[in-house]
Amino acid sequence: MKAITFAAGCLAASSALAQDAVLTVYAGDYIVSEWGPGPRIEEMFEARCNCDLQFRPGDLLPRLLLEGARTEADVVFGLNTDVTKQARESGLFAPHGVDLAPLTLPIDWQDDTFLPYNYGHTAFVYNSDRLAEPPQSFQALLDAPDDLKIVLQDPRSSISGLALVLWVQAVFGEEAEAAWAKLAPKILTVTRGWSESYGLFTEGEADMVLSYTTSPAYHIIAEDDRSKKAAIFPEGHYLMVELAAKVASTDQPELAQQFMEFLLTPEFQEMIATGNWSFPAALPRESWPEGFRELDLPETVLFYSEDEAAALRDESIEAWRRALSQ
Amino acid sequence: MSLRALPAAVAALAVAGLVLGPVAAVLWRAGDWGRLGPGDWQALRFTLWQALLSAAVSTVLAVPLARALARRRFAGRGLLVALLGAPFILPTLVAVLGLVAVFGQNGVLNGALRAAGLPTLSIYGLHGVVLAHVFFNLPLATRLLLQGWHAIPAERFRLAASLGLSPWALFRTLEAPMLTRIAPGAFAVIFVICLSSFAVALTLGGGPRATTVELAIYQAVRFDFDLGRAALLSVVQLGLALAAGLVALRLGAGAGFGAGLDRVLPRWDARGGWSRGLDALWIGLAALFLLLPLALVAARGLPGLLLLDAGIWQAASHSLSVALASTLLCLIWALALASRWGEVVGLAGIAVSPLVLGTGLFLILQPLVNPLSLALPVTTLVNALMALPFALRILRPQAQAARQDYGRLAQALGLTPLAWLRLVLLPRLRRPLGFAAGLTAALSIGDLGVIALFANPDRATLPLQVYRLMGSYQMDAATGAALLLLVLSFGAFWLFDRGGRMGADA
Repeated sequence: MKAITFAAGCLAASSALAQDAVLTVYAGDYIVSEWGPGPRIEEMFEARCNCDLQFRPGDLLPRLLLEGARTEADVVFGLNTDVTKQARESGLFAPHGVDLAPLTLPIDWQDDTFLPYNYGHTAFVYNSDRLAEPPQSFQALLDAPDDLKIVLQDPRSSISGLALVLWVQAVFGEEAEAAWAKLAPKILTVTRGWSESYGLFTEGEADMVLSYTTSPAYHIIAEDDRSKKAAIFPEGHYLMVELAAKVASTDQPELAQQFMEFLLTPEFQEMIATGNWSFPAALPRESWPEGFRELDLPETVLFYSEDEAAALRDESIEAWRRALSQ
Repeated sequence: MSLRALPAAVAALAVAGLVLGPVAAVLWRAGDWGRLGPGDWQALRFTLWQALLSAAVSTVLAVPLARALARRRFAGRGLLVALLGAPFILPTLVAVLGLVAVFGQNGVLNGALRAAGLPTLSIYGLHGVVLAHVFFNLPLATRLLLQGWHAIPAERFRLAASLGLSPWALFRTLEAPMLTRIAPGAFAVIFVICLSSFAVALTLGGGPRATTVELAIYQAVRFDFDLGRAALLSVVQLGLALAAGLVALRLGAGAGFGAGLDRVLPRWDARGGWSRGLDALWIGLAALFLLLPLALVAARGLPGLLLLDAGIWQAASHSLSVALASTLLCLIWALALASRWGEVVGLAGIAVSPLVLGTGLFLILQPLVNPLSLALPVTTLVNALMALPFALRILRPQAQAARQDYGRLAQALGLTPLAWLRLVLLPRLRRPLGFAAGLTAALSIGDLGVIALFANPDRATLPLQVYRLMGSYQMDAATGAALLLLVLSFGAFWLFDRGGRMGADA
């Protein structure tokens, strides 16, 4: 397998020398693209490791589960909190061994396998030029007139859609299905993934879109546009943390370890905010880029542990499906 | 087995192996069949219903449109016929954005309704799904029927005119028999495409009511990693598609017209002002419905073109080389399989879930090689497989007619198979071959198919780049890349299609 990695490395248009050791990182597709953080991560890490970091984009967890212990991956980058149970049970990951003291997450994090590198919260993003008076709470959103249109993502095909049904579950508990029924007439449509939803929102199709508290930072920093805002609800917002993990069968344990340590360094953390348009997981707020510091943050953060999320998942998706199929 | 049947058998085995092999690999890995969940039956009902409606509306609307195009000659007709093919080859993501620009809350239509003080319309719901599927498939149905009209020998119309047949009698004796032969196949192929609809149905369907089987497969593979359920669902999908194919085969039986001289002559039956006006109306409405969303995609993408960088052009060149290779492969495959039962076998290519296909191929290849190193060959193969049903639908009627009409003569002359191909079959099939090649190339450029598991950062294709751009907030650059995709798809389609029709119209 080493030989194949090596051969692929020779063929790939890479700046690294062929004799360097190769660190293979499986990552989400959006991370690896030239507009994602991948190229910068590669550059920064290669400068310190004397190695060749190679990203393999695509379906992260399905691919790893298909490959099992034969995988070439040394590190997996871009897992999400709501699917860690399945990942952990595969037994494919090794402890990360990184000191968690620098973490600045809004929740306590003690996991020895999955290491957070950035986070955000689910939120409804709106255009303040178009929607001058957004709902002030989740309840107010349910009670809003039905001509307020929102676009969502499907919890069966999208990680942000899954976070949304867990968010509704956390806020409304037993009343979740009733809450969905009240929301239903306001839902313009439900899309496969975040990109389609956000595209419809920027086309002016809907008043609000299910996105993240960090989305406005992109518009502020990249476009100098302050009209896109996240509506902050006092009931709280559901936390989404992105994670990396070391693969147990790695043939580059030292490099993999070095990569894991690298994720919590200030250098990486300062880059990831604008690299992945998320809050850094180990950087105090005063060190965030300017556009991030001015964002409204929720006072209450909602979060289910992986066991809770796994137990509630099917039930919450069914409640969503039943209420919206009426 | 005779020498002549050998290529057909090999081609059919290749299809069956490529479809059933991956499904079996997924099933083998899963260990047992999964169970269908509570939402799956609802999804199955919705899938069938929307596919039936979409195929029916597309085929029915295509009849007057194809008839109008078949009997009118006007400046720009060739370009219009080519342009009408464009929606079918659009990547779904781009097409949905185009439709939303016209029919959406903020679209042109609702803007006009608002200005006129009328209530606005919503595109989201079952009708939106059907609208989108008609947008995609009306052009395909029209082209297939148009081919049928062209295949009626001009001598028959001349004879009808000299006998003084009324337009209605002419329709009954010449056009209706052609339609009963061609339309069921067009219906079936569209029905099968719509069976595996996923992103369109979800985005425009308005919510979980519009869940399709393909979404359930996606969920099973990517979220639950429940491969048994994915295999079960894809077998259900395959079964439905093959059933549709068999029904169409039965309905579409019937004799051809015999050989003519393959010329298009003026139609004496369509000279009245009334029929002229009606034809013009059909053509005008269809052009507006099909071309306006494309025009808006183009207009919005123009500024975005400036934002594109080197990565896009590299992706575009990968897409093009994959497209050319798939086209060649698909045409050879289709020529070998061009018979009635071959067409049913070919339907499996679009009936199998791309996700299950990709997962199965990954499982099969993984012990042998690094699947990533085969990203482009696998994409080529799968694109050819998925375009095969269309190529067959286009080629089969005329290939069979050529065999019926000239087979005995060729036998009497003792033509070798190669000479038969070169002297008789290929020249007869020039027009459909061009059309099939254009469609295959364009579909391949726009396809996202199995790429997800085989995504290689250095071998990205253009549709993947569009998704990556959108996933990174680069909506403007994404519209630019979408325009590039549209231009390339359509360019490839036009070149091949034009090549096939050149000189054939004279």
